[in-house]
Amino acid sequence: MKVGPIIELEGIGKSFATSGAARREVLQGVSLSVERGEFVSIVGSMGSGKSTLLNIAAGLIAPDCGSVRVSGGPAVSGVEGSLNAALVFQNYSLLPWFTALENVRLAVQAAFPKRSRAEHVAQARRSLELVGLGGALDRRPSQLSGGMRQRVAIARAFAIEPDILFLDEPFGALDALTRETLRQELARLCAESRGVTTLMITNNVDEAILLSDRIVPMTQGPRATLRAPIPVPLARPRPPSFGTNAAALRVRTAVVEALTAC
Amino acid sequence: MTLTQRLATILLPLCGIALAVLAWTAASRVVNDLPSPIETWRESRLYVLEPLTKRGEMDQGILLLAYYSLVRVTRGFLLGIAIATPLGFLLGVSPALTRMFDPVMQVMRPISPLAWLPLGLIIFRKSEPAALFAIAVCSMWPTVINTTAGVRAIPQDYWNVAKVLRLSRTTTFLKIVVPATLPYVFTGYRLSLGIAWLVIVASEMLTGTPGVGGFLWQEYNSLVYAHILLAIVTIGVIGFLLDRLMGMAETRLRTT
Repeated sequence: MKVGPIIELEGIGKSFATSGAARREVLQGVSLSVERGEFVSIVGSMGSGKSTLLNIAAGLIAPDCGSVRVSGGPAVSGVEGSLNAALVFQNYSLLPWFTALENVRLAVQAAFPKRSRAEHVAQARRSLELVGLGGALDRRPSQLSGGMRQRVAIARAFAIEPDILFLDEPFGALDALTRETLRQELARLCAESRGVTTLMITNNVDEAILLSDRIVPMTQGPRATLRAPIPVPLARPRPPSFGTNAAALRVRTAVVEALTAC
Repeated sequence: MTLTQRLATILLPLCGIALAVLAWTAASRVVNDLPSPIETWRESRLYVLEPLTKRGEMDQGILLLAYYSLVRVTRGFLLGIAIATPLGFLLGVSPALTRMFDPVMQVMRPISPLAWLPLGLIIFRKSEPAALFAIAVCSMWPTVINTTAGVRAIPQDYWNVAKVLRLSRTTTFLKIVVPATLPYVFTGYRLSLGIAWLVIVASEMLTGTPGVGGFLWQEYNSLVYAHILLAIVTIGVIGFLLDRLMGMAETRLRTT
């Protein structure tokens, strides 16, 4: 297996046209590398350009300058046999005309075109059962709660046996209780699928501490850039709350300081 | 719904119809040649009470005439949407094509069926294909425009899903673009069918083919004015029913 960073961003800059000729610099000089099997979270406040950065890393949008390399090659190149990357969106992004099972099956089918239809269905079903939705396979997104929809989205991501997982504020739209359970489930799924590399965007420091190996604070935009990564030296599995755990508190303080010091 | 509300939903439309008939009666008093509703009924009774009798080429029961018109409209409409739907999808995904064809479309859209028919007759040399041509070319625009708008209205999220899942072009089209656009397409179909039905009278008049429109024109020429009104009412009622039918299909699609 290839050693070295699996995701490598270098000198990424991105601006968007606003009114007229004016442009808003969202990102400037952003560099980041993520090692194979690592869980890295980018933490920043709302509107700091985190999602833009994730979309660039995932290959959904092109940066103005800088380079994006995913395991040596360009991101989401569409080349058969290249790495499987999955993205979980904040707003679920399920297709409303498909059932939960069909939504996941569509992803499986696209990821493994050589397998049979029965295998696609079995894989999709297995993935949905893994997130506790075995009883809701035939329901459409409109018939599911927000938490269940995000479970489907997570099942869809894991169903393609991803090498890389991009998470865009995956729990942002959920209520506090659902968020709590889903975080734990995500931690479990990541632990079970060995070798998956995860890049998560969040505005929640505790969420980042619970899930990450490293936390990268992002400064407030415009012209947002990344601060030095902060490692999270906590054993797994981690409890839902760290209470007064000294190491966790230290990480928390460091992250908050990096975010507020501008 | 309370009883009064329910009564109102039945009675108020009836009152509206009664008022319209009253206005018609009043107008027939003023205008000499305009038959009153009662005269119209008396003259048209045979056509309505024996709706499926065929006495001559134009002298047929009203349902039979309506049937000819409906068949003609359906064929023209199907031809129209068979061209309009793919065109709409194509324009929807390609802004360049839209910019290219927009002026042409905007100019073709307001052209009356009366203008297309002679052209159709020149091209096809027969009245039936000319009528279909006129119906198709007049009725296709709402479908083109709605389909294009529907494709444009697909949320970025769905495109992102297609990109993240690395769906092929065909899969993206079949599994995302078509289902997302379907409600818009059907709104287009409903509007197109409405226009196709509007065109029928003009096309049958000019081509002299049997149908409600052809009947209307022949009865005008034979000075049987009551039958003109019979044809007008028939056209209106059928147009209304067609719109309702398409509306029902549309709402069914919206819920799924």
